[in-house]
Amino acid sequence: MIPERLRAAWVIARRDFVAVVFSKAFIFFLLGPLFPIIVGFFAGMIGASVQHDLDKAVIGIAMPAQQGDQLVAARAAMVDKMPGGAPDFEVIARTEPGATFDARAVLKRRQLAAVVTGTLDAPVLTAPQGRADEWRGMIALFAARARSGEPVAMPAVRTDVVVTTAAHEHNGQVVTAQAGQLLLFLLTMLLAGMVLSNLVEEKANKIIEVLAASIPMDALFLGKLFAMLAVSMVGIAVWGCGYGMMVVFGMRSIPLLATPAVGWPLFLGLGFVYFAMAYLLLGSMFLAIGGMANTVREVQTLSMPATMLQLIVFFLASFALSRPGTVLETVAQVFPISSPYAMLAYAAEHSALMPHVLALAWQGLCVVLMVRGGALLFRRSVMKSGPAKPRRNKVQPA
Amino acid sequence: MASFVGETSAMGNAAPDLAIEAKGLVKRFDGTIAVDGVDISVPRGAIYGVLGPNGAGKTTTLRMLLGIIDPDQGYRRVLGSERPTEVARRIGYLPEERGLYPSMKAFEAIAFLAALRGVPLAEGRRRARQMLDEYGLGHAADRQIRQLSKGMAQQVQLIGTLIHNPDLVVLDEPFSGLDALNQGRLEQLIRSLAARGATVLFSTHVIAHAERMCDQVAIIAGGKVPFAGPVDVARDRLRPQVRLETRVADGGWRAALPADARCDVKAGGNAFWYFTLPETGVEPLLRALIEGNAGILSLSIERAGLHDAFVAIAGEAAARALEENREEVEATGRKGRR
Repeated sequence: MIPERLRAAWVIARRDFVAVVFSKAFIFFLLGPLFPIIVGFFAGMIGASVQHDLDKAVIGIAMPAQQGDQLVAARAAMVDKMPGGAPDFEVIARTEPGATFDARAVLKRRQLAAVVTGTLDAPVLTAPQGRADEWRGMIALFAARARSGEPVAMPAVRTDVVVTTAAHEHNGQVVTAQAGQLLLFLLTMLLAGMVLSNLVEEKANKIIEVLAASIPMDALFLGKLFAMLAVSMVGIAVWGCGYGMMVVFGMRSIPLLATPAVGWPLFLGLGFVYFAMAYLLLGSMFLAIGGMANTVREVQTLSMPATMLQLIVFFLASFALSRPGTVLETVAQVFPISSPYAMLAYAAEHSALMPHVLALAWQGLCVVLMVRGGALLFRRSVMKSGPAKPRRNKVQPA
Repeated sequence: MASFVGETSAMGNAAPDLAIEAKGLVKRFDGTIAVDGVDISVPRGAIYGVLGPNGAGKTTTLRMLLGIIDPDQGYRRVLGSERPTEVARRIGYLPEERGLYPSMKAFEAIAFLAALRGVPLAEGRRRARQMLDEYGLGHAADRQIRQLSKGMAQQVQLIGTLIHNPDLVVLDEPFSGLDALNQGRLEQLIRSLAARGATVLFSTHVIAHAERMCDQVAIIAGGKVPFAGPVDVARDRLRPQVRLETRVADGGWRAALPADARCDVKAGGNAFWYFTLPETGVEPLLRALIEGNAGILSLSIERAGLHDAFVAIAGEAAARALEENREEVEATGRKGRR
């Protein structure tokens, strides 16, 4: 019976795959990831511009005689030694000794981040609390340099560069794990949601009854899931090629990630398998849920909680990443829907392979159970054909 | 998929000459009984009708027989299998609610339906084109379903139902939505299917179709089957009706007429009598009429029609519902064709 189910699933998968890939809507699907990239690019540009303007902080200097100029010179001499640089200095007033300067009034009037008054011996920094805390030490250092008039003696530091440290490597692998999880989440989110509306077509076109009479319902589910998986592979291949072309022809560098514990080839292979599992697990659930819907409107209503569920699963797996060795991590690894995410992260951080074998077997079993359960539920609910009227109103046999 | 719920098989050794055998099928939906203990036996090669008004349980019964849904109780055996989906390749099914993928081309849609029943895609495509030609739809083979008229799409689906040469053809209300010409063609097709040895099971609420075509019928009303068997046996449930014409309307011979005799006197003095054939037969009555000089002008004995049998078996209410369904469908059909 299993080959018959697979044969039937193949018939469904072939029809669905052709119907989706050769539809006009598929072009828009392929272009889908471009929209967040474009939006992100423009948002980033605007944000960077705004941030640039905001970051151009200027500190006004109001000190007696040449002290202000000395302070500016000291800044110029030392700014390249300051981690993260230093704000610009601008002499806004040369005060008379003993005269007072209303820095607060100036800050209200002019676009200055802070004002330094007083003398080099006793500088006064007028600024909001955060800025005051941030720049107090810097002003003291510059004032000391300006007061002495000589370079501050700074010993040369010899560097002994190492490739990495244990802490650095671990941190890098955590970043790789996070990146893997994020990519997995984005792909499944993009694709699994499509499955929600997958059975609406059959119900709307009333072909579902012919399908139900011809093939086992779980073969229908399986066929649809694998068709969409194949569609997603086409999408990933196209996006991957697009990204590759961007790297070759446009971008200067690819974001470099630390080598995962299992090595890149195996990590990528596991990523592919875990993507398939994550998709099949979520997809089978969404297919069952979506199967309950009769119209596109109902599917739209269902899509919000479905997306929320995906987010919760992703957050669970992400949070578990920051809690290694805890029950939470185990829960994320065992709970079927979050298991692919958690195990991909595991692959980034640990080199052991046996847990992946167990996890994949478990996830595969869950896929089978969910497909069968979903098919059963769908079969029970979709072919409901009761009497036209309540029984008490029905015609009674003579 | 359990074929058996709540009882042990009473039909373990099914008769090999039966295409379908069902006993005590029960189906409830949300606590409402849709089908209540249906028994059906469909002989191989027969044309078998399931006759009843809308909501009587016809579609639910067919779905249970096909394995689309499982019965809550009862037993079914289709083409020798207690799991109908296991013999799905040998069954063709046309549901009441017709449907195909609108973006598929006609020949692809048929090939897809064939593939569902195990026919390889290439072979399905070849057969689809061939059958479309045979049905006079060759010109529509490469047109999308959405571009076809409703009638043509229905024919395409019918071809898809038969493309794999099924041993059992199940048609749910196959005549609904068809004009008189296409109804006639479908009747011919059903007869030709039976002639080549296929079993045809169809549901209908039009008595005339069942009466014209079926070897056997199951009358279904309120989820129950009060009668299942040969059409003749159903008709024989009612005694034949006698129509007698006499030259005079009165005389001592009238005492020999049955109590239910109705009289209709014509202008010329001739009288028409209508009554149920007495259990003693017609000979004693004839003798009395002749001896009493009733002047017999004509006498005919007519068997009851299936409609009368349906009324007698299923009741007046079911017959009225059946008639209403037929009128509704005809009105919808006329509206659709306009």
